[in-house]
Amino acid sequence: MKNNRYIVIVGCGRLGSHLANQLSREGSSVVVIDKDETTFNNLSPDFSGFRVQGDATQIVVLKESKLKNADIFIATTHEDNVNLMVAQVALKIFSVPHVLARVFDPKREEVYAQLGIDTICPTSVAAEMFLRAVANGATEGKGIKP
Amino acid sequence: MKVLIVGGGKTLYFLCRNFAAKGYEVVIVNRDKAECVQLARQLSATVVFGDGSDVRILKEAGAMRTDAVLAITPNDQDNLVICQLASLRFGVPRTVALVNDPDNAEVFNKLGVSAFSTTQIVGSLIEQRASLEQIINLLPVGEGRVNVTEIMLDADSPVSGKRLKDISLPQNALVAVIIRDNQPIVPRGANELLAGDRVVLITLPENHGPVLKAITGERK
Repeated sequence: MKNNRYIVIVGCGRLGSHLANQLSREGSSVVVIDKDETTFNNLSPDFSGFRVQGDATQIVVLKESKLKNADIFIATTHEDNVNLMVAQVALKIFSVPHVLARVFDPKREEVYAQLGIDTICPTSVAAEMFLRAVANGATEGKGIKP
Repeated sequence: MKVLIVGGGKTLYFLCRNFAAKGYEVVIVNRDKAECVQLARQLSATVVFGDGSDVRILKEAGAMRTDAVLAITPNDQDNLVICQLASLRFGVPRTVALVNDPDNAEVFNKLGVSAFSTTQIVGSLIEQRASLEQIINLLPVGEGRVNVTEIMLDADSPVSGKRLKDISLPQNALVAVIIRDNQPIVPRGANELLAGDRVVLITLPENHGPVLKAITGERK
């Protein structure tokens, strides 16, 4: 039931390519978009999805990746504003049912939660894990998994 | 009125100079330190150094008490986020974003941010002026929903020598003013159009082409 979803990922850096490889391996149809063609080298040899080279802030590039048919959209570029913009376009214009965006700045994250975009803030997540590790460290010492 | 402008370059400089001359209070946010120093020297404006899409910088620039925010950076995504943060987070009543990719104008409007594309505006001006050399002046008004065009009539024009009531123009078009020998006339049906007249037309973008054709005839 988890398989056979159509997933569009913007950004093929460390995070984007990791997600693309994993989701493709699980059987989803994956399209990765990146401005820089060389980032597609991060994809594993068994990645069976499509690669689109282009700037996702241009709507023609999103159209080319057939965003209308997507079940899930994930924005993972290293620029918060790019992620926030393409996520809104995916949600409001292409009516993608599930839209996720990586946002580094926790202050920006609050505002976009209001607009119905699921954001993941690596800074907050990492901070939380560190704090938990610090709290547990006194008693257990190890066993924290990401 | 207090205006906050995020961006740089000559457009920003001349805009600010213009606004300052009108007595507006101008605050500039720019992420290039050297340019900030330069702008602060040249303009009577408050200059804030930093990323305009950062909530803290907007706060420092006094976004809370601003009447309008203008985002004119070269990156569409930054302009969108600046305007959204300004209106959602700081309640700025009016925000306007520049879109560098003309296709994004429609996208931004759908996302609730009013946007303009200089490429589109300049492009259509050049196109319409270049396509017909009789066009002297063209001015889009009402956010581009109405065109005011000034045309010079010559002897080849199919309407030269005709009375206004005998000319059939497409719907929603008007010959508003005739300028003859530097005298403006607001014409009625009985007025004639003559070669050498300068005619001010009101058209809509959708009938602009056909109306011009009716006035100037088919030309290459």
